[in-house]
Amino acid sequence: MRFGVVVFPGANCDHDCHYVLDTVLGQDVGYVWHGTTSVSGYDCLVLPGGFAYGDYLRTGAIARFSPVMKAVEKFADDGGYVLGICNGFQILCEAGLLPGAMMRNTGLKFICKFVDIRVETTSTPWTSAAAKGEVLSIPIAHNEGNYQVDTMTLEDMKRHGQVVFRYCSPDGALRSESNPNGATEAIAGVCNREGNVLGMMPHPERASEAELGSSDGLVVWRSLLAHCGATV
Amino acid sequence: MAEARVYITLKEGILDPQGKTVLRALKSLGYDEVEDLRVGKYMELKLKGDDKAALESRLGEMSEKLLANPIIEDYRMEVEV
Repeated sequence: MRFGVVVFPGANCDHDCHYVLDTVLGQDVGYVWHGTTSVSGYDCLVLPGGFAYGDYLRTGAIARFSPVMKAVEKFADDGGYVLGICNGFQILCEAGLLPGAMMRNTGLKFICKFVDIRVETTSTPWTSAAAKGEVLSIPIAHNEGNYQVDTMTLEDMKRHGQVVFRYCSPDGALRSESNPNGATEAIAGVCNREGNVLGMMPHPERASEAELGSSDGLVVWRSLLAHCGATV
Repeated sequence: MAEARVYITLKEGILDPQGKTVLRALKSLGYDEVEDLRVGKYMELKLKGDDKAALESRLGEMSEKLLANPIIEDYRMEVEV
């Protein structure tokens, strides 16, 4: 499988994603510059974390209009796999590729720590290798991860299995204290109706090697690779 | 040349963590009369042209496309020609 890691000015997790895909998972991976207007030749595009365009105005608001995004939108519409992590998730929301929007964390603090998230569905290409209800330990690092979506859209998302991850306690229970940022219904990750576009606030690329404290993030990459019949 | 102002506010029903914190700070300073407070954004623009209706229409477009996020925010604007 060929992966492309999109590099926006201000992205800071692009190299981490590249390293995990290349060195840990042995995949073919290249960088995709934000100024390019073609993403041909890729099977999956990763929008990495960071602070694209300084997060000015709103997170992702400017990045969403960078030249590469038209190509990313077309790529997603054609069924290409797109993974937005943290800032990448925020960009996908602003671009309308995923429902909802991000607000400041309720505690107004930038939170950088390991959290537990529960796999809500295994019917997506991104979670097919996980078990339903499985708890993953993956770090978050954000100031705007307070996911907001109107009730009607949320009900529609739930009907279509688009809520992919929720923040939870280590035992998998949903408790208010296990929701780090105030996100609606403790949502940590969502996909589009077709399932080929996933956005998640936790960083799977920071939890892809046991030496770094957790390799739970691997299941996201491995699910996709298995779904696409790629060899690891 | 026209001058325009755009006011961006959070939609009703969207929690405003920043506003809540500022509200608490005011209360802790003794301003007990403050019942609610929400933080928004204010932008000043200089626009070329003097056709007010046309400028308003363009500014509305800009607001919906970029300046505000219609999922969480409302906007209103003033254009002075």
